[in-house]
Amino acid sequence: MLLPKSPMTCRKIMEILQYIISNWALIISRTGEHLAIVGVAVGLALITGVPIGVAISQNRRAAAVTLYAASILVTIPSIALFGIMIPILSLVGQGIGYVPAVIAVLLYSQLPIIRNTYTAISNLDPALREAARGMGLTRMQRLREVELPIAIPVIMVGVRMAVVMNIGVTAIAAYIGAGGLGAFILRGISQTDPRQLVTGALAVSVLAIIADFGLLGLQRLLTSPGLRK
Amino acid sequence: MDEQAAVADIRQWWRGGLYILIFSLGAWAWGSGLLPVLLDHWDDITFLGRQHIQLVAISGGLAILIGVPAGVALTRSRFRRYGDVAMQVLNIGATIPTLAVLALSMSLLGIGNTPAIFALFIASLLPIVGNTMAGIRAVPPYLRESARGMGLSPRQILWQVELPNALFVIYAGIRTALAINVGTVPLAFLIGGGGLGELIFSGIALNQFGTMLAGAIPTALLAIVVDFIVTQFQFWTIPRGVNPMR
Amino acid sequence: MIRLEHVSKTFPNSTTPAVDHVTLEVPEGEICVLLGPSGCGKTTTMKMVNRLIEPSSGEIFIGDRNTADYDPVQLRRTIGYVIQQIGLFPNKTIEDNICLVPDVLGWERSKSRARAAELLDMVALDPGTFLKRYPKELSGGQQQRIGVLRAIAADPPVLLMDEPFGAIDPINREIIQDEFLKMQARIKKTIMFVSHDIDEAVKMADRIAIFRDGRLVQYDTPDNILAHPAESFVSDFVGGDRTLKRLQLLTVNDAMQHDPPRVTAEDTLETAAAIMAEHGHQAIVIVGPRGRARGYVQLSVARGGKGKVGENHETLPTTVKPGEDLRTAVSTMFRHDVSWLACIDDEGTFKGYVTLRSITRLLSEAYRDG
Repeated sequence: MLLPKSPMTCRKIMEILQYIISNWALIISRTGEHLAIVGVAVGLALITGVPIGVAISQNRRAAAVTLYAASILVTIPSIALFGIMIPILSLVGQGIGYVPAVIAVLLYSQLPIIRNTYTAISNLDPALREAARGMGLTRMQRLREVELPIAIPVIMVGVRMAVVMNIGVTAIAAYIGAGGLGAFILRGISQTDPRQLVTGALAVSVLAIIADFGLLGLQRLLTSPGLRK
Repeated sequence: MDEQAAVADIRQWWRGGLYILIFSLGAWAWGSGLLPVLLDHWDDITFLGRQHIQLVAISGGLAILIGVPAGVALTRSRFRRYGDVAMQVLNIGATIPTLAVLALSMSLLGIGNTPAIFALFIASLLPIVGNTMAGIRAVPPYLRESARGMGLSPRQILWQVELPNALFVIYAGIRTALAINVGTVPLAFLIGGGGLGELIFSGIALNQFGTMLAGAIPTALLAIVVDFIVTQFQFWTIPRGVNPMR
Repeated sequence: MIRLEHVSKTFPNSTTPAVDHVTLEVPEGEICVLLGPSGCGKTTTMKMVNRLIEPSSGEIFIGDRNTADYDPVQLRRTIGYVIQQIGLFPNKTIEDNICLVPDVLGWERSKSRARAAELLDMVALDPGTFLKRYPKELSGGQQQRIGVLRAIAADPPVLLMDEPFGAIDPINREIIQDEFLKMQARIKKTIMFVSHDIDEAVKMADRIAIFRDGRLVQYDTPDNILAHPAESFVSDFVGGDRTLKRLQLLTVNDAMQHDPPRVTAEDTLETAAAIMAEHGHQAIVIVGPRGRARGYVQLSVARGGKGKVGENHETLPTTVKPGEDLRTAVSTMFRHDVSWLACIDDEGTFKGYVTLRSITRLLSEAYRDG
């Protein structure tokens, strides 16, 4: 057993640091792969999720059904989703790798983005909607001038949740050959190499934390000063 | 009223959808030859499924038993000043991917059941503690004040006022925790914790669709069923006066 | 001008009409207050004008255009709209809130921004301070002022106001009402104003339309509504103190005795007593050479007294101006425990006097007319 049950010694910590320093370039390139999956998929999820969230705010029943379906979807463990997708996507020759990872992240991102868009739009103060209507704004103008700007902070919270959750999902996608920081963990486990294991775990955690804070900053930037607390 | 109608709607849809899903799944499974494969793996499924459920029950149960009292303690006057810091730590902790938690647990404790349960326990603990704190902190101050004015002791205020009013939020935390837990259990196999993950990962490694699905389908169903049970529990056991679902 | 002709509205899932054959006309530049208890159809009536609610039948004209001939969105851009909750958009600055309708109408940017500054000036809010602020940085009263400015930004001829001052505390409400009336005297919009507050209606309205169960039960000037309620519902609604409310609609000038007898300081007390006896007065006002009030002499002092009036006068405890309303006059009398007041104009010239009796007579005349 390479991994003793005793706490990590100083020597092991030094070994890990050394590994990180000498593999800096690899860590960066895998972080890039990781972000390419999460970024593209969450970006696509925004393009689909926000319009869906806006559309279902018009109809309570459609909203209930859509949100229920999306919530069942996120309940499915990611590795199980990969397991189910591989046979299906294999029919078009994309069973493993980048495509199933992006599709999984896209699916998981739907719930937070749709739900937050829907909540923000349907909780809008009715007085604002009436004022906008009474002033003669069209449906699209109301959406662009009032509803979406006020919904942005809440939608961004959904985006943050989606990104943080899916940085974890993407780490698991290393097992279906999608690359990314999960590859360190995969190797670390299969080669019982604590250096790669800890490097991967730390890198993916730091990435999630930085993404969370970074998106929080972006959220504040996109929020109208009139809406800040 | 509308909310209730929507809930009733959902339940109708759920039932109808379930029948259709089961039927079409059955038809597809038979036609595609999946069912025979699943039946082939039936022994594995039941054996690993039991391990799977055990992992969830032990780690999730421990997380509830420790997380709720810990969350309550962090709102008591003695520890209240640590509350904000604890909340920050919990929020940051919640962003750490579960695979990383498993990996760190393995590098600390090695492989086997114990590190798997420990990792699952830690991952489930954070939302439970966080929501318990948030729920109790969100109890309106005037409720606490009127209880104190009526001469209730701090212990009575906790049991009669704070906990009942925080219950829905606490349950929501438990639901999140169990969802994370059930979602992570298949990964426990990677550090020697067993469970249905074994079928999925072996299936992927060996490129055997049947084995893969024999793990993935029960895992997905189990996750949906656990979430359904927790939701039902939440719906029926929280008094109507403080239950936004009813 | 706003004209409603046999306008009715029956909502889906309802058999009784919410608004039932309402016909009324708001003349150019006047304020018409729609008044009634909640659920009487006043708000529905108002919202049919800008077609936030579509009438089931009947026609509505603004000027000579039938509102049904217009696209509702285009129509609304030509009608100012103010609601109780104000509804300023929290994501936009005050400037952008005010300029929203001019912007969608395609005004030039420089023109609309100049207009916003001009409007702020009109309500004595400094444009330099307020244009770039956000709604949350303003008090409720300031927000309501901006709500009104936003409605008139594109200079619509017609303004709809749905309990616009309802959410403001009583002290500030008075101030904003006065301010609004002053502004209206300048801008002369045709205004339909929904209220459930009879005092507000009496204060703001040129005409009051009283609604009950979707029907228009009386449409008249405030004074006529108070003096001659058309049915018991109206008299109940305007309240048992409706006569007192009329006081604020009438001015001292209406009840004043003009050019009454007077004396100067040089006159003798005998002369003063004789004049009082002739007119049946208990007191007489002393004026200076240019007609300014200097004081007064009581009959009890003058009778049998010797000497000049000037040596025996008392100062006037208080006075009123002819333009003040009678409520103020009566309240002043009660406060100083007197039954008459000398009326003095801005220059201090004595114009006449008003007595409790003359006020009573004025009020009862109106009732006899009916």
